[in-house]
Amino acid sequence: MTSPKPSAFSAFQNTAWVNIGARFMALVVVFLFFAIFVEDGKFYTLRNLENIIRQSAVYATAALGMTFVIITAGIDLSVGSIIALAVVVVAWTLNIEISDGVYFVHEYPVAAPLLACLLAIIAATLGGLFNGALIVRLKMVPFIVTLGTMGIIRGIAKGIADERDIYPPEETWIGGLMDPTLTSQHDSWMIFPAGVWILVLCIGVASFILKYTRFGRHVYAVGSNEETARLCGVPVGRTKLIVYALTGFFCALAGFMQFSYIGGVGQPTTGVMYELFVIAAVIIGGASFSGGEGSILGTIVGALIITILYMGGQQMGWPKWVQEMVIGGIIILAVAIDRLRHRKLA
Amino acid sequence: MRGICKSFGATHALRDVELTVMPGEVMALVGENGAGKSTLMKVLSGAHAPDKGQLKLDGEIYTPGNPLHARESGVAMIYQELSLAPHLSAMENILLGIEPCCRGLIKWKEMKDKAAEALAIVGLHLVKPETLVSRLSIAQQQLVEIARAVALDCRVLVLDEPSSSLTAKDIEKLFELVRSLASKDISVVYISHFLEEVKALSQRFTVLRDGKTVGGGITKDAAEEDIISLMVGRDVDDLYPRNHHTPGEIVLEADSVARTVKPRHASFQLRKGEVLGIAGLVGAGRTELFEAIFGLEAITSGSVTVAGQPGPATPALRWSQGMGMVSEDRKSQGLALGLSIADNLTLPKLDGLGPGRLVMPARQLKACDPWIEQIPIKCRSAQQPISDLSGGNQQKVAIARLLHADVDILLLDEPTRGIDVGSKAQIYKLIDALARGDIEKGIEPKAVLIISSYIPELIGVCDRISVMCRGHLSEAKPTADWTEHSIMAAAIGQD
Repeated sequence: MTSPKPSAFSAFQNTAWVNIGARFMALVVVFLFFAIFVEDGKFYTLRNLENIIRQSAVYATAALGMTFVIITAGIDLSVGSIIALAVVVVAWTLNIEISDGVYFVHEYPVAAPLLACLLAIIAATLGGLFNGALIVRLKMVPFIVTLGTMGIIRGIAKGIADERDIYPPEETWIGGLMDPTLTSQHDSWMIFPAGVWILVLCIGVASFILKYTRFGRHVYAVGSNEETARLCGVPVGRTKLIVYALTGFFCALAGFMQFSYIGGVGQPTTGVMYELFVIAAVIIGGASFSGGEGSILGTIVGALIITILYMGGQQMGWPKWVQEMVIGGIIILAVAIDRLRHRKLA
Repeated sequence: MRGICKSFGATHALRDVELTVMPGEVMALVGENGAGKSTLMKVLSGAHAPDKGQLKLDGEIYTPGNPLHARESGVAMIYQELSLAPHLSAMENILLGIEPCCRGLIKWKEMKDKAAEALAIVGLHLVKPETLVSRLSIAQQQLVEIARAVALDCRVLVLDEPSSSLTAKDIEKLFELVRSLASKDISVVYISHFLEEVKALSQRFTVLRDGKTVGGGITKDAAEEDIISLMVGRDVDDLYPRNHHTPGEIVLEADSVARTVKPRHASFQLRKGEVLGIAGLVGAGRTELFEAIFGLEAITSGSVTVAGQPGPATPALRWSQGMGMVSEDRKSQGLALGLSIADNLTLPKLDGLGPGRLVMPARQLKACDPWIEQIPIKCRSAQQPISDLSGGNQQKVAIARLLHADVDILLLDEPTRGIDVGSKAQIYKLIDALARGDIEKGIEPKAVLIISSYIPELIGVCDRISVMCRGHLSEAKPTADWTEHSIMAAAIGQD
């Protein structure tokens, strides 16, 4: 039997832990860079660290769904729009006026926010399902489908909001999801904002699904070799459908966080370009556009790297054009290193 | 297992094929490339529905609707190309689609045990079920595929040329495995070109030729000679013009060319005004040799000298040296199917089609006219999309492209695959005319190198023929020194 004769080192190189570990190292390096070079240690103040976590939580939550999609060798460009849809639906529900001057949220202070979340989740998941249905039933390319729905869903969000920002009359717990905790007077016992805890829970659930359920393994199989998966009786269409719906669902959660992060306003123009940050996070996290590869933990590290670069760049006083170039360069670098490593192993 | 009979008409891929396999028997299915073996197997595995005839499994009528159904009925296929998900572990590949589950959660313990059991049956005791498939060798990957069949309690196992990518040692192990599976009452259909494998492994054999069952019997009673005769015995058409060629100086020389897998050793010299044929079976390494010569892939040892210049090459350099290639895969490599005839035909040489570096569509069309007329290519105009044309006319465009680029050396890989007889005859005539040249019109004779799996064609058009078998290219001998029989024998390693 001709064995592949991998050296002990290359075998070691390819283990999942080394994969995540290397990314984690990159995260540390990026962090240290800004910690050292941003003046007066402003970068590692409690407030700033908390800001990084709060900002990255939105990307990371949406990126969870994107990880599933990219593992199946698909892509979803509509996430930014779906986040905006969720934001707008939440604000719209909280802003329902029962009669003159009497707001729904005033009459039902408990039920209203819950209903708002439920409606947003339904709307976002339907959006994802729509993507999936077009891709599976009409056998269309995910890039094209989601490029289209990116516009359609953004349009719906703007339509619901009547192209204006919606200011709900009452502050609710949704608006407080991402409020600072560690740096506040009374909420520091929570350590992280509630929204971040939601993310932590989602990370656990998503990792579990990918690793331990039949559906999760089918996601990898479909991305790795779709034809084989079909020959072996994997429900390829259903798997893809669920994956896109799941992305919609996670975008709804990301939408709640975004709603809070931007100050409890229903802004239909929010989340523009987020799809690029989200995709970048997944790719830096080790997923491959050709499918079959990717992990939740890697994606989270990727989201943190993106956010730190973004915020660090701002605090370094770099002009915006430099920031954009740096982030773009890092994405290419990350993927190039991955390719080189793969080529060595092949 | 009472056996499978099937016959079916209408399509010419298969005509009244009969095939029976007994339980616990290894049945070898032999035949040339294109004899219909793969089509037959696709019918068996449910990928194609037969037009006529029926299949019986265990005496009951069996109509597989799709590959999954076939798999569940106990018919498993091992294809020539591996079909595994490279990013998944061995156990996940083995049990893909049939994972042991409890409410959607995979029972990893059970999965591992089942996979380990299947791996042990195929002799991969040492491979951990968690190993990623992409980290296994080709031979091991193939065994994982067989393990996948075993894990589903298959009763009929079809192996399509499983040895083509294996080393001799691995083939021996594969044989042992096949024998042990047969001893467990699994019926094995073993498709192969290699008679030594057929001899070593099978109890019975069936020969397919041109979509028909032409013979079969008990393997140990049959002489290899007889089997070869059954494989090749067909009429030679008089499609071939035979004119006198006068070989000139050497324009292309390959010296012990080798690549990582195949070819392993290939040397030849090609002269101007000569047609040299390379015979051999699909997968012997012929196309890989062309890729090396044309600079598409790097060679690991040996050298290729074109027009006196050795050294590494790129396709662009080869074109500039006056060499052109027609790929065997017309649809995916040979032509840009979305473009017009003119675009395809002029692609390698767009110079001189307009002022400066511009390309004027009108002059592009005009440049095509002489070829459309001479070869001839049947089309309405050169603007027509190439996807409108028949396979034969598409192929003529692919060859006309080389003529437009005015090459001196033509590499033709299966130039007549899948095209009609009329176009074949025209292409043979063209090849002959190219090698002859035309002194009066001042047209230099050209050098032609042809790969073909169709032996009569090589005998018909070539001046010399060499045979590639498992990566080794034999010495080129004049066509008169070969017979169909001896070429086939050399191709399957029987000489």
